[in-house]
Amino acid sequence: MANNNIIELVNVTKSFDGDIVLDHINLKIKDGEFITLLGPSGCGKTTTLRIIGGFLYPDSGSVFFDGKNITNVPPYKRHLNTVFQKYALFPFLNVYENVAFGLRIKKLPEAKIRAKVLEMLELVNLVGFEKRGVTALSGGQQQRVAIARALANEPDVLLLDEPLGALDLKLRKAMQIELKRIQQQADITFIYVTHDQEEALTMSDTIVVMNKGHIQQIGSPESVYNEPVNAFVADFIGESNQLDGIMLEDYRVEFNGRVYQCVDKGFAKREPIEVVIRPEDLKLCRPEEGNIVGVVKSCVFMGANFSIEVEQGDYTWTAHSIHYAQPGDTIGLYLEPDAIHIMKEFDNDDAYPDDPEEELLPPEEEEEK
Amino acid sequence: MKYKGITYSYVVYAFTFFLAPLLLILFYSLTASDGGSVSFTLENFTRFFDFSNPQYMKVLGNSFRIAGIATLLCLLLGYPMAYILASLKPRLRAFLSLLFILPMWMNFLLRTYAWMSLLETNGIINTLLSKLGLPALQIMYTEKAVILGMVYNFLPFMILPIYNTLIKLDPSLLNASDDLGASPWQTFTRVTLPLSKPAILSGINMVFMPSVTTFVISRLLGGSSTALIGDIIEKQFKLVDDKGFGSAMSVIIMIFVFGLVALTREKDSEEVSL
Amino acid sequence: MNRRKSRLMRVTSGVYAAFIFLFLYAPIAVLIALSFNESKLRSSWGGFSLKWYASLLQNDRIISALGTTLLLALLSAAIATVIGTAAAIGLHNLRGPFRSVLLNLTYIPMLNPDIVTGVALLLLFTFVGYSMGFSSLLLSHIAFNIPYVVMSVLPKLKQMNPNLLDAAMDLGMKPATAITKVVVPEVMPGVVTGFLLAITMSIDDFVISFFTTGPGVSTLSIEIYSMTRRGVNPEINALSTIMFVVVLALLIAVNLRSGQKGGEMINIG
Repeated sequence: MANNNIIELVNVTKSFDGDIVLDHINLKIKDGEFITLLGPSGCGKTTTLRIIGGFLYPDSGSVFFDGKNITNVPPYKRHLNTVFQKYALFPFLNVYENVAFGLRIKKLPEAKIRAKVLEMLELVNLVGFEKRGVTALSGGQQQRVAIARALANEPDVLLLDEPLGALDLKLRKAMQIELKRIQQQADITFIYVTHDQEEALTMSDTIVVMNKGHIQQIGSPESVYNEPVNAFVADFIGESNQLDGIMLEDYRVEFNGRVYQCVDKGFAKREPIEVVIRPEDLKLCRPEEGNIVGVVKSCVFMGANFSIEVEQGDYTWTAHSIHYAQPGDTIGLYLEPDAIHIMKEFDNDDAYPDDPEEELLPPEEEEEK
Repeated sequence: MKYKGITYSYVVYAFTFFLAPLLLILFYSLTASDGGSVSFTLENFTRFFDFSNPQYMKVLGNSFRIAGIATLLCLLLGYPMAYILASLKPRLRAFLSLLFILPMWMNFLLRTYAWMSLLETNGIINTLLSKLGLPALQIMYTEKAVILGMVYNFLPFMILPIYNTLIKLDPSLLNASDDLGASPWQTFTRVTLPLSKPAILSGINMVFMPSVTTFVISRLLGGSSTALIGDIIEKQFKLVDDKGFGSAMSVIIMIFVFGLVALTREKDSEEVSL
Repeated sequence: MNRRKSRLMRVTSGVYAAFIFLFLYAPIAVLIALSFNESKLRSSWGGFSLKWYASLLQNDRIISALGTTLLLALLSAAIATVIGTAAAIGLHNLRGPFRSVLLNLTYIPMLNPDIVTGVALLLLFTFVGYSMGFSSLLLSHIAFNIPYVVMSVLPKLKQMNPNLLDAAMDLGMKPATAITKVVVPEVMPGVVTGFLLAITMSIDDFVISFFTTGPGVSTLSIEIYSMTRRGVNPEINALSTIMFVVVLALLIAVNLRSGQKGGEMINIG
């Protein structure tokens, strides 16, 4: 492989106790990118990460690292390191020794270890914390130690398993920016696992949306958000209005009793399709100016904008606006042709788990069997 | 303060049954009673620490040595066993650890007695050995038999705390070590072992304490040749009725025991702040 | 901590575990086998016989010691459970240095070597001129059982939501009713554990009983000790077998009750 793919998964399949968790996954990860595996719990994202890390072996398929097959190489022989979900810092070692752990394994001379540890602590803004016990640190500080410890080994790839999950909202935001900075400074590949779509959109160069052991879409944050390939992706990433519709012909679509202009083509005549429209693409206007007219059901302040529910016939639209709308009023919503996303009929049962949190795919977040 | 009545009654009880007896040991060890008069004396202690005839100190030293060997053997035998048990699938290990506890529930004396009939000169082991044409094993009524009895009786005390710690080990810590390049053996010595240190200390405590103070095992398996400090204490009360000297030795053994507990406890609290 | 293991490791582990189990069980197995041996000699098999069981059952000393042991265990455990539970409630509501003093005092009999506890109680009884017998034995067993009850009950009290009692009273319960209806059920598992632990400790004890009993009163442990002192005796083999079977039955019963199905245990392996 003479391309610049640092990691490649080929036809990777994994099942636990007969439940297929990963179903023929193919994924190419470019050197130096920040790639995020995104999906609801049980989608297989953590399993994918653990297979890359070497903590799990796939049932079939191969893992390539820089062109070499590493499918059966144990973790301690792989040139990648992991930042674990709850940090997994060694409680009996202080900050310095935690960061130095991998370097001591390599039996580097003391001076080199010292230099490297200090360099890493500087990178994560923890200079002066060397002698502290790790259990006495705050969640954010522990997080930084975990990153420093992983990066001290100079891996080509850093795996991060929901690293911000245990932090509070404010700290998460700060760490998102911090992580991006560290990635750019260290200039290595980050493979990041999260179920938080906002986190994914903020940090990633590439997002891999997963569900039920399949990759749904791979793309930049913009393309995944603006051009979701199916209703699952549209629903999972950001809020959306979803309706059944019929593609009358190229560039003409009918839904909710009206025909709209759109930018999509290439469907069969009168093909049933699904329409996805982002709430922020629905512009509030006077009834006579709108191509959707309905009655305001509710208007809730969300912090940055209002979330407005507008009832039109059988369907209730959700729109986001910085303007207030009086419930009970009849208003118009305006929809640009390029705000209408058309996607092929999608098997709903498969795309929407009733409650992703409760979905039972036990081994995903659990310890390996 | 709520429940005043309950608390005060209990304080009275605790002083009577927990504290007063210990104070009495101290009292008897420091006094000599001559007819009706009681006088203060250090004689009981000087008799023990008699450097011109250190027979009692020798017994104490011997007790520590034998109990120490037994404890070390328990650790060496028990750690791998705890590790093996802990690495089994939960269902299997629940069953096997049950099997492990079972002999512990048998009366301690019967367990010790079992070795008597095995180790005797004409016992089972020697009968088997002679049938195989091998030389007889002469360890009954020796130090080795006492150590064997201690290991047999107290091995589960070593295994259980270590096992309980190992099954609760955070697997992500082991993965982290793997991930940072440590080989399985390095992960064991650098992560698993330090994490199980508190359990090892408590296991050592739980084996060493009953070993160093026993008089049953030494009496039944060691005969008269291997007297431990427990034997001497027991004799003072049951045979020669020298309460003063027996108490003095109890005080000495108590100081050592609480010293050991304090030492391992302090370590415990440092380590356990996970 | 399920880690990947090589085949060699698995085999070594299996052999090692088998060795340890053999070490633990071989002596017991030998005792059980010998208990059915017609011959009194341990080195030869004289045929199957139940005669040692028969003579054991006719041994009045053993039978009366068994009675003493059971009575002592039940009585001392029951009384220790009452005192220990009350003590735990008192301790739970204490604060400051006095609490840790009282707690450490409570745990003394558990931390102290049995021989020291036995000697100390013996001195207490002789000092106040108490005549030694069943009652001194009972008082001693109560004393060394209390720490185990406190140790079982105290964590349950700690776990209990402190607002529970207030909530019950807020909902209209009288304080006394609230305690019996709310606190007691919460703490009950700890009380039961403490009681069972106390029974076990009492039955298992030899050393403390040895020092605190009086003439003519002996527990099973004391009786076994004096029998073993007189040398090997096939009646003890029979007794061991019976005790092993009882313990085994109890352990299985406890495990069946705590939800582990028998079938699960069988399909292991």
